[in-house]
Amino acid sequence: MKIITLLKRVPDTEARILINQEGTGIREDGLKYVINPYDEYAIEEGLKVREKVGGDSKVTVVTMGPEEATELIRTALAMGADDAVHIVDPLLENAGPFTSAAVLAKVIEEEGFDIIFCGKQAIDDDMAQVQTILAEMLDIPQVNVATEFELSDDGKKAVLSRRIEGGDEKYETALPAIISCEKGLNEPRYASLPGIMKAKKKEIRKKTLADLGFETKPQGGRAEIVRWLPLPKSGECKIVEAEELQDAVKELVRLLREESKVL
Amino acid sequence: MNYPLSEEERIIQKTARDFATKDLAPVAEAANKEGTFPDEVYTKLGELGFMGITVPEEYGGVGLNNFSLVLVLEEISRVCASTAVTMSVHNSLTNWAIKTYGSEDLKKRYLPRLATAEILGAYALTEPSAGSDVSSVRMSAVKKGNEYILNGTKIFISTGNKAGAVIVFARTNPDDRKHGLSAFVVEPDFPGFSVGKIEKKMGLKASTTVELVFEDCRVPEENLLGEEGAGMKIALAGLDGGRIGIAAQSVGIAQAAMDEAVKFSRERIQFNKRIIDFQSTRWKIADMATAIEAARLLIYRVAKLRDEGQPCSKEASMAKLFASRTANRTAYDALQIHGGVGYTEEFLIERLYRDARVTEIYEGTSEIQRLVISKRVIEEYEKSMPE
Ligand SMILES: Cc1cc2nc3c(=O)[nH]c(=O)nc-3n(C[C@H](O)[C@H](O)[C@H](O)COP(=O)(O)OP(=O)(O)OC[C@H]3O[C@@H](n4cnc5c(N)ncnc54)[C@H](O)[C@@H]3O)c2cc1C
Ligand SMILES: Cc1cc2nc3c(=O)[nH]c(=O)nc-3n(C[C@H](O)[C@H](O)[C@H](O)COP(=O)(O)OP(=O)(O)OC[C@H]3O[C@@H](n4cnc5c(N)ncnc54)[C@H](O)[C@@H]3O)c2cc1C
Repeated sequence: MKIITLLKRVPDTEARILINQEGTGIREDGLKYVINPYDEYAIEEGLKVREKVGGDSKVTVVTMGPEEATELIRTALAMGADDAVHIVDPLLENAGPFTSAAVLAKVIEEEGFDIIFCGKQAIDDDMAQVQTILAEMLDIPQVNVATEFELSDDGKKAVLSRRIEGGDEKYETALPAIISCEKGLNEPRYASLPGIMKAKKKEIRKKTLADLGFETKPQGGRAEIVRWLPLPKSGECKIVEAEELQDAVKELVRLLREESKVL
Repeated sequence: MNYPLSEEERIIQKTARDFATKDLAPVAEAANKEGTFPDEVYTKLGELGFMGITVPEEYGGVGLNNFSLVLVLEEISRVCASTAVTMSVHNSLTNWAIKTYGSEDLKKRYLPRLATAEILGAYALTEPSAGSDVSSVRMSAVKKGNEYILNGTKIFISTGNKAGAVIVFARTNPDDRKHGLSAFVVEPDFPGFSVGKIEKKMGLKASTTVELVFEDCRVPEENLLGEEGAGMKIALAGLDGGRIGIAAQSVGIAQAAMDEAVKFSRERIQFNKRIIDFQSTRWKIADMATAIEAARLLIYRVAKLRDEGQPCSKEASMAKLFASRTANRTAYDALQIHGGVGYTEEFLIERLYRDARVTEIYEGTSEIQRLVISKRVIEEYEKSMPE
């Protein structure tokens, strides 16, 4: 069975994000990067499926991202993935979901696949679109935000759950399919020391857009990020003081009406 | 923290940090409060490869170096210094001694089980009459047929009541102080082996420190480590690795203490100010951070020297001396920054303060480190003098 897991490099969940001066992205200096936490569930589920199916099953990690993403790919290999494809191209900087999906689809088609696992969203831009566009492009079913996954014994279909308000939705899907993973699906394993040693010998195949046969950056998405803006500063708290409570209330109402114009 | 660590080293550090904060922290908290030994932690540490870091792959280990061990020990110590000392003794002393001096048979019998933490390791040198002065070991080992008969008492043995393999130093020749010492691999179910008093310590409550009693304890001759009389050589060679391990433990404790101090002082308000905004607090933090960096660099350097097979006794003593002082100084100042609450069990700094203390005592007291360092400095000076 050929298992693909998608991995994105994102800023650490605890990092403080600042927008750069030009408004074209975030400030990357001093920022720590990690594997998108939801992608860790995807990798773990991929490994579990491989362990269940056995034989010559294989987990291939696919990443689109800068050179520095290698360390995170190597971590996934140390967790147990078999090999990886890393698409690095300066043209792909700040790529939107359509572009990402188009590039990933090309790689995944080249690699061949029986099942694709990815995170339910990347915690950097929180778009949660790549998996859906990818499903359309590859023309396969998708189940998003999965909290349970069970492969049938013949490996031809899978039963899944997704947690919704007040209960679980059960799905059955034919394979190949793309599954986006939610917290609770599994407990991702660590990159153990023996795993780290083995990962040294595993292959990361680097590819550029040209290697994939693209002449320019694939475009087609209708939405475009125009500008990045910092959150507005929360205003100063003003305490309305007066000798009589009545006067304070009057002043408060005046301020709400005339200054903040909410009344 | 931006050291020139390699990609592999950063991944190792991250695994250790993630394991420590996610899996170890809750267990450590309870074990240190109740003074229990967290057996289950070592199974997990074994699965991660942390109990056989420097054991070659052919004996079931990872085949990594002292540098990786140091990275792991620091991360574990930030969360639980007790776990770290158990690991340091296991990796830097027991595994190391068997790997370096053991016969093929000993390596095959013990290393695979040690590397996976199926059994834990201990290292028994100290006796009532032999602490800093290793040459005063009295415990005897007399050859009888194809066995050695051990008699005597060891004290302060870390993990002594939990270990499946204890490296024991005993005298095979009572008249030769230097070449009369030999080392053995002893299992707890060898007849005549028993655990005596279990120490009630000031800190390191999740590690055990025990007395081991040997009464006509029968050790098969194959369990002699190296040749007869090699004990002193092994004990001295083991010191370097052991000291590097405790230095790494010390830096971990210091880092944790500083982190707690920064966290606390950003929140505590007195005189309408966060106490971190008082210059006296900031100066303490600056001194802590500087000493921690310096200690870490000493440790990184000596670990690299040891990995390259270079002599490094002076450097190991320097790293141990400076790092253990830093752990104590930092824990003291960090507790001070906490004020009254730092003196209660509610706050982690209280445990860090207690755990830091022993780093200046075991694996050679600070006085002994200074003895080693000054001796080397004088030797180097004399060597460089014209004839
Ligand atoms: C928690 C804990 C765990 C331990 N684990 C182990 C273990 O696993 N295995 C093991 O074998 N041992 C272990 N030890 C023992 C430890 O190594 C000894 O405590 C240490 O070597 C000091 O020896 P001592 O306690 O006998 O002190 P002593 O040697 O009696 O020293 C007392 C004081 O005299 C000073 N002193 C001694 N000689 C000199 C000198 N020549 N010049 C100047 N000052 C000197 C010392 O620095 C110290 O301040 C452990 C100890 C503790 C507390
Ligand atoms: C065992 C024990 C018994 C006690 N018994 C009593 C008792 O019987 N009765 C009682 O009333 N209290 C008692 N206390 C409380 C004790 O007096 C306080 O802990 C002490 O005054 C410090 O106050 P704090 O703990 O709030 O620390 P904080 O005042 O919050 O101080 C925290 C840190 O900030 C520093 N800091 C604060 N202000 C400044 C500044 N302006 N400039 C520079 N640094 C500053 C402090 O020096 C300290 O390092 C007891 C405390 C303990 C631990």
